[in-house]
Amino acid sequence: MTAAAALREHVRSALIHRFDVDFTLHQKPAAEMVSTGFDALDSLTGGIPRTGMTEIYGPPSSGRMSLLVSLLAQATSRQECCALIDASGAFDPAGAESAGVHLPNLLWVRCGGNAEHALKAADLLIQAGGFGLIAMDLADLDLRDAQRISLASWFRLRHAAEKMRSSFVVIGREVNAKSCSNLQIALHPRQTHWTGKLFDGFTAQAQSAKTSRSTDVRLSVRPR
Amino acid sequence: MYACLYAPGNLAVLLECAQYFSPHIEQTTADTVVLRIDGLGPLFGSPDQLATAIANRIGIPANIAIATEPDTAIHAARGINGVTVIPPGSEAKVLATLPLSLLGSTPETAQILDAWGIHTFGQLAALPPLGIAARLGEEGTYLRELARGESSRQLRPIEEPLQFEDTLELDYPVDLLEPLAFLLARLINDLCQRLSSRALAANEIRLCLFLEDRTQHEAILKLPVPMRDPPAFLKLLQLELDARPPQSPVVKIRMALEPVKPRTQQQNIFLPSAPEPERLEITLARLMNLLGAENVGSPRLRDTHRPDSFQIDRFSTLKKSPDQSVPPPRLILRRYRPLKHAQVILSNQHPVQVSSQRIHGKVLTSVGPWRTSGEWWMPEPWDRDEWDIALTDGALYRIHEDRRTGRWFLEGNYD
Repeated sequence: MTAAAALREHVRSALIHRFDVDFTLHQKPAAEMVSTGFDALDSLTGGIPRTGMTEIYGPPSSGRMSLLVSLLAQATSRQECCALIDASGAFDPAGAESAGVHLPNLLWVRCGGNAEHALKAADLLIQAGGFGLIAMDLADLDLRDAQRISLASWFRLRHAAEKMRSSFVVIGREVNAKSCSNLQIALHPRQTHWTGKLFDGFTAQAQSAKTSRSTDVRLSVRPR
Repeated sequence: MYACLYAPGNLAVLLECAQYFSPHIEQTTADTVVLRIDGLGPLFGSPDQLATAIANRIGIPANIAIATEPDTAIHAARGINGVTVIPPGSEAKVLATLPLSLLGSTPETAQILDAWGIHTFGQLAALPPLGIAARLGEEGTYLRELARGESSRQLRPIEEPLQFEDTLELDYPVDLLEPLAFLLARLINDLCQRLSSRALAANEIRLCLFLEDRTQHEAILKLPVPMRDPPAFLKLLQLELDARPPQSPVVKIRMALEPVKPRTQQQNIFLPSAPEPERLEITLARLMNLLGAENVGSPRLRDTHRPDSFQIDRFSTLKKSPDQSVPPPRLILRRYRPLKHAQVILSNQHPVQVSSQRIHGKVLTSVGPWRTSGEWWMPEPWDRDEWDIALTDGALYRIHEDRRTGRWFLEGNYD
């Protein structure tokens, strides 16, 4: 037993009769996770944090938008209000509805390609509270504009999301929030599937940046 | 004590006179008004002096009666000319000579009483109560009480239409929004207090600013849910005036709230919470100020097959999603809005190279064309051949050729 441990045990035994507490380190409760809609991804990361910030990044055609829409579908099916801050206005309502998103529960905010407006909109919506999922799509923004958002801003957004018990999801081409996010999922396209004269979809590799474990995710135009 | 004013054909004069003396007024019929006069003694003196004051105020020939019960005063005013003050306890004696037609009984009862030889209040009042009850039932008992001046009831006061409107005339024109906000806050607080005293909320705010150049600046805010939150109202008006400021200094402010019943919502502990309506309204107003109203809201698909056809509705938390299972995830298209014009080189009627402002590359794989068309009867029909392509940059795109113009467009990329 080290000197520090012996001293700790001495103090504990002296005070145990006066204070009914155990001298243990405070354990942070495990984060509540919600499903992404992809079984493989859920088994890799456990889903995404119910409160906090998740960053999904990858090149074009890596499945970022499909994953985001799946998250929105899951959230609206739980009767949660959702908000999508669409920096470049790329969201496809028809595709989202066919993927199960209940559109009346979705607040769509289009920012006309302005990263500053997107950041301000995210701030306002997170501070308003009550949204189950708030998503920000920076995927079509210029890389320099997205990287110009300071780490302090990302940290403030994550802190506000945790305080308001909202899940804040950001998609982009590169990782922007870095250590400010609770979970980072990197997506990479692996294989495109063509069936005769039909485009059938593609397979992407999803990797949890913090654990470096990865899995394959299949995305189809017409899921069976 | 109650006073009854009776003057056929002069209802407006009767009401005006009654309102001068009391706020508790009943318009019994088109020629009869009853008012409560309790507590007027220190101002006008005895009931006789009060009756004289009413007679002087009314200014036209009218019958005035004062009694302890409203029905007694009504019968006395209708049956006795001039001013009648009935002291407590002598109601039956004063009313005794009045004809029974003033009682307003049913024709059957009136016929029976006439057959009995009963023609006045005094004769009816003298009949034994048990005999009346046995022969004429409940109505007979009630008529006997009226005839004796013993009936008792509450006044049914006139309810004025609720108006929550206030006007503020300014000594000096106000040309900045910040000092104007202080004045708006004053009006809002007063109006909300009045709403609160009647347990009401508002679903619309109407603001009319009278400007120095003799024009008016109007702002109407429709609220999705009834609210009664002065800070929220003030913030919404500030945001509205920030977006659309008046063009000239303000000399007069008129504000009106549309009263409605407050919302009653039972929260379900098994459902997730939604944004608070008041905070959500302010957030939406801020977002609309920042980005424009057309860029903030819920998307709703239009009832058409035209690709990418939707409209933006106002977002509300009141719409609940139906309980249904979520379909398996599917591939989603990221759309380019507006459509990007592309230059496409074809070989054997298949695209082999695509270049646009956004992308440039050789086509590795292409499938199509998928032809869609519609709304040929409209001014802007669509007729296109769609292709799904994989480019050398590693991404998958959807492009289409507009068959009417022969131009190619980059529609989006699968992501």
